[in-house]
Amino acid sequence: MTAFIIRRVMQAVVVLLVMSLLVFGGVYLLGNPVDVLIAADADQLERQRAITALGLDRPLWEQYLVFVRDVLHGDLGKSFVYNIPALQLILQRMPATLELALTSMTIAVGLGIPLGLYAGYRPQSFLARTIMAGSILGFSLPTFWVGLMLIMVFAVELGWLPSTGRGATATVFGITSSLFTRDGLAHVLLPALNLALFNLALVIRLTRAGMQENMPMDYVKFARAKGLTMRRVILVHVFKNILIPLVTVIGLQLGAVFAFAVVTESIFAWPGMGKLIIDSINRLDRPVVVAYLLVTVTMFVLINLIVDILYSVLDPRVRLSDRS
Amino acid sequence: MATILPDEPLAAAPAAIETPFQRFVRDFFASRLATAGLIIFMIILAIAIIAPAISPQNPYDLSQLDILDGRQPPGATSGAGFVFWLGSDDQGRDMLSGIFYGLRISLAVGVISTVLALVIGGALGLFAAYAGGRLESLIMRIVDIQLSFPAILVALILLAVLGQGMDKIIIALVTVQWAYYARTVRATALVERRKEYVEAARCLGLSHARIMFRHLLPNCMPPLIVVATVQVAHAIALEATLSFLGIGLPITEPSLGLLIARGYEYLLSGKYWISFFPGVALLLTIVSINLIGDQLRDVLNPRLQH
Repeated sequence: MTAFIIRRVMQAVVVLLVMSLLVFGGVYLLGNPVDVLIAADADQLERQRAITALGLDRPLWEQYLVFVRDVLHGDLGKSFVYNIPALQLILQRMPATLELALTSMTIAVGLGIPLGLYAGYRPQSFLARTIMAGSILGFSLPTFWVGLMLIMVFAVELGWLPSTGRGATATVFGITSSLFTRDGLAHVLLPALNLALFNLALVIRLTRAGMQENMPMDYVKFARAKGLTMRRVILVHVFKNILIPLVTVIGLQLGAVFAFAVVTESIFAWPGMGKLIIDSINRLDRPVVVAYLLVTVTMFVLINLIVDILYSVLDPRVRLSDRS
Repeated sequence: MATILPDEPLAAAPAAIETPFQRFVRDFFASRLATAGLIIFMIILAIAIIAPAISPQNPYDLSQLDILDGRQPPGATSGAGFVFWLGSDDQGRDMLSGIFYGLRISLAVGVISTVLALVIGGALGLFAAYAGGRLESLIMRIVDIQLSFPAILVALILLAVLGQGMDKIIIALVTVQWAYYARTVRATALVERRKEYVEAARCLGLSHARIMFRHLLPNCMPPLIVVATVQVAHAIALEATLSFLGIGLPITEPSLGLLIARGYEYLLSGKYWISFFPGVALLLTIVSINLIGDQLRDVLNPRLQH
């Protein structure tokens, strides 16, 4: 067990090192860092001084080591646009993205499980077929186009919900969030729904597949023969067995939601991390881009590491097969 | 249970009885949905190929555009008596022509990147399965690690580093996709490698390259074809998404994603057509490819054959 964890942690460190090399290489080798880092109207003397101050006259490997040292000290440079540390800027935006991601996951699970249970319970019914056809659309429709259509229908034509931005925030138990106000909830609904569509389709399919797999099993027949209602058999007995694959996939998808939030946030002008990275790429705000990439990759490496370790705790076969 | 492909190369199949290819065609057209998907896709492909001949206007030729014709609703007539069947965009560009040309770019990017990724990923996966050992575990570790990141994040990282452009988005899409092919080919090749025909080829003293590409590869094709079909749709959707975000293709030659992005600001004032129609074209393309891919998966899956 310990050996397995050590091996996985080492692998995570290697991935992080490779990513830092890639990001460093991309930013410092492809473009001329002097053009990027120094104002365009600087004269020759100022350029020379800046090059020395930034250590750009030193050998490449030394520059990389300096870059890694700064990163390890939490110094990812200052944003050109906002003139505050890039890391601080990203952490400021993180709550908005978290809020969006969690709301969308709640929608996906809260709607997906009941719909999937029904589609698996009565697979031949009209409603079940409609649900399944809808889930195929959920997989094939590009998120950004669905977002535009949601804005068009619910914000422009019907005028029911606001189309852009985050609503008013309120602080409850020391947590500041827009989910605690009516205005905030109205604002979060459309973007969260947009972000939820893919996972909603996924949850529906998983739940339905689980239902169809479990319903013919002996334990269901036994529970029925014992005189339990169908309702109790499905919601208590079958549901527990469906939950195992469901939890795995939902856990893994949480990370993906963060990445896909880039698209949704851009469409709905949601002031989160995703919108920040797109704005920063378009404004050539390199320090923020580098910081975002490093933060996100670190987050993913950590999530994968935790999932791997949890797996090996839950299922010993995983760590045994890894040894061979 | 019949094997889906003969052990000799496909071209040498006997013509007397129903060939595997004929059976494949019959099975494919058994589904009405898949047939419809194929027909729609063929029409879209034809439009993309002959776009310059059938477009009412060359959307890249600025001298043909009149800014006064900007944002005309569908069916409106321009000052010069030209009918905008699907409306016009903010620069007075006919949307129908814009969509025809956009389809060309979207399909080209999707197909080129898929083919490149197929070749690179397929070769690496085949090599990993055939060579085994440390190289195999290295390649497959890289595949595992890359697939643990969402595709859009990998593409975002690459484009943030590389910048905009047709070549760059193709590099990004190839990087995103190759791992799927490597994994698919390796899984199939690991099974095929142990079969007698490979042993026989080895006894004949054939070179490793010949065994890999002439004997193993043809037998690994069915799952590869399925994955590739679905991946074309993914690549097109991803390109459209990245272009929509403004980090994919440059504005000079708009793909469908860029056309949609440019209509975005007018959407809020009720001018839906600039975003809506390119979106429908994109949707039809993706859904038709997915329908074909779904049917291919059913037809080519040996477990489902009787």
